[in-house]
Amino acid sequence: MKTTVFLGAAAVSALIAGAGFAAEGDTLAQVKARGELLCGVNPGLVGFASPDANGNWSGFDISFCKAVAAAVLGDASKVKYIPLTGQTRFTGLASGEVDLLARNSTWTFSRDTDLKLDFIGVNYYDGQGFMVPKSLGVSSAKELDGATICIQTGTTTELNLADYFKANNMTYQPVNIDSNSEGEQQYLAGACDAYTTDASGLAATRAAFANPGDHVILPEIISKEPLGPAVRHGDSNWADIARWTLYALIAAEEYGVTSANIEELAKSSQNPEVQRLLGTTDDLGKMIGLDKDWAKRAIAASGNYGEIFAATIGEQTPIGLARGLNAQWTQGGLMYAMPFR
Amino acid sequence: MTESAPAGPPAPPFRLSMLIYDRHYRSLTIQVVVFILLMLLVSWIVHNTVLNLARLGKDIDFSFLFNRAGYDIPQQLIPYTSDDTHLRAAMVGLLNTLYVSALGCATATVLGVVAGVLRLSKNWLIARLMTIYVEIFRNIPLLLWILIIYAALTEITPGPREYRGENARELFLGLIAPTNRYTAIPSIVAEHSPGALVIGRIEIPWLAIMGIAFFIAAIVLRRIVNARAQRIQNATGRRPTTWWINLALFVVPPAAMAVFFGLHLEVPELAGFNFKGGINVDNSLVALWLALSLYTGAFIAEIVRAGILAISKGQTEAAYALGLSPGWTMNLVILPQALRVIIPPLISQYLNLIKNSSLAVAVGYMDLRGTLGGTTVNQTGREMEGILLMMAIYLAISLTVSGVMNIYNNRVKLKER
Repeated sequence: MKTTVFLGAAAVSALIAGAGFAAEGDTLAQVKARGELLCGVNPGLVGFASPDANGNWSGFDISFCKAVAAAVLGDASKVKYIPLTGQTRFTGLASGEVDLLARNSTWTFSRDTDLKLDFIGVNYYDGQGFMVPKSLGVSSAKELDGATICIQTGTTTELNLADYFKANNMTYQPVNIDSNSEGEQQYLAGACDAYTTDASGLAATRAAFANPGDHVILPEIISKEPLGPAVRHGDSNWADIARWTLYALIAAEEYGVTSANIEELAKSSQNPEVQRLLGTTDDLGKMIGLDKDWAKRAIAASGNYGEIFAATIGEQTPIGLARGLNAQWTQGGLMYAMPFR
Repeated sequence: MTESAPAGPPAPPFRLSMLIYDRHYRSLTIQVVVFILLMLLVSWIVHNTVLNLARLGKDIDFSFLFNRAGYDIPQQLIPYTSDDTHLRAAMVGLLNTLYVSALGCATATVLGVVAGVLRLSKNWLIARLMTIYVEIFRNIPLLLWILIIYAALTEITPGPREYRGENARELFLGLIAPTNRYTAIPSIVAEHSPGALVIGRIEIPWLAIMGIAFFIAAIVLRRIVNARAQRIQNATGRRPTTWWINLALFVVPPAAMAVFFGLHLEVPELAGFNFKGGINVDNSLVALWLALSLYTGAFIAEIVRAGILAISKGQTEAAYALGLSPGWTMNLVILPQALRVIIPPLISQYLNLIKNSSLAVAVGYMDLRGTLGGTTVNQTGREMEGILLMMAIYLAISLTVSGVMNIYNNRVKLKER
């Protein structure tokens, strides 16, 4: 009898332990209970997400992870970064390995619907481009007929590339690579004539080269690549938190709230929009299961959208990306935060 | 059971505790319990999977296989464009898997037999060299070999552009151009081509079909010639010279074809970014093929050595006593007997090689894992379906190979009558 009881207990405990594998519905509660945000990031793309020699991550996408952690947990450092390749990222999110995917991923119809993801917004409007060595003497993507091209497998760029060459009646030889670092290595070794990925990724990759000046990014942008963070489909509250954290960062730039003046503005700003954003008057946080100061903490973590952009990938950094489409709507760009009220 | 018990003390009535304490029942009890637990575990895993997929809003649906794939594949044995379906992409990948596996199995067998025999050589240097080969390749993970060979091919060889201009590199022997992407080798083209056999979108050149037909015919004819020579030898004690007939069988038809159709080599030429004309053999294929062959060859060498050592020394001594040379002794006496010991473990090496070929993903060789299990799964988000399908396909390949090899094994194994 004792054996039976023991086996029964073992079976029951196995079942209970097994339930832990399941991706539960309430991500916010899980993150709070864990005391840590699991953020899926690029394994290494300078400017967007890359670890330094001490294993400290930094970059454009990393700053978003920090902002969410600050909003939810009150501490921007309570993030565990989980590097995911182009192939593993969506599986990683769907299986509950990460709570949030901030890994320059393109928002597409099938990913949003069939892959059961929810893109919560666009944090970088991008397009696919080509990089070639200057010595190749190529000045347009139209001259790449017959070229060998390095391409990250499992990305939208793979499909755009096939479509672009087909539409222009050109042929190419793809070299499939799994990560940006592998692509960098193959490209520099000359195993491919051109490297193609999002233009921002090309700029970031080139910035990490020993001689960035020896390589040019061709003028053609062959696709729309709206990059945005994504969460699992089905947890609307968690999606709301991530979405409005992003809007808080964008709105902060619009209203001139920076990491430097945020404390001061929280006390003295007369702008009702800023007051609501920073929780001085209304308690918007309560509506998404957070406290009053959530947005204030998110902005304080690494600054507003403009500050983050300038510090990680902007024109003053080695990556040197102009704001372009990613300027505020008031500046002729597409960055437009929905109203906080 | 109690009724059939022979005379003697009547069997005690059944009590529940006997399930544990009576050795007649105990083993049965344990089996039943273990079986139930196993079933519980399996049903729990299945239930958990279905439940979690449902919770994610995912269903099991294979219709994605008939959607447009949209991506390109570098090496295709059957025609494929990005407009084809995921199913065809999977077929292309499957053929690439079979292709590199077949190449690998053939080379690994040759390497393994040679290394295994030479490791037993009386020549100290050769025997030690083979030992070094076996121990080095057997004891370093296959993935590392694949990556090392690929890196060497990429880093050491020149880019295609270096074959152009004033200080241009010469083609090796004027025919072969190793580059950091592929090795460009010449192809055989016909001046008066008889066209190709067209099956759907697949075109098989008649010349290739003829070549293979002639080769098979030559093998069959060679057997007939040898059988006749054997008969004459048995009858008269004198074996007629047959080597020139055998040689002619294999040389004359291709030579005749070459003259008749005007066959010649098309040397690869640099056009634009890459070599055109000739055949470009991808470095990823070469790296994978070499690594698989060398790695599995080391294991096969050990199997061959063990097989040879399993044959009693008396056999060798008897063969020597009959005046057979060491070469003949090995080919006619030792190896045929050793095969019985060699074949069964050899089957598992072949199966290992086929499954190991899925490491292709490390060098971007688009095999089944790269197409169906890689890009398709990624673009469609059908991980579960893709993986299940891939498991079924690898299982089918392995079972087929092992079935065929078992038939061969039954033919060579010791017939006991």
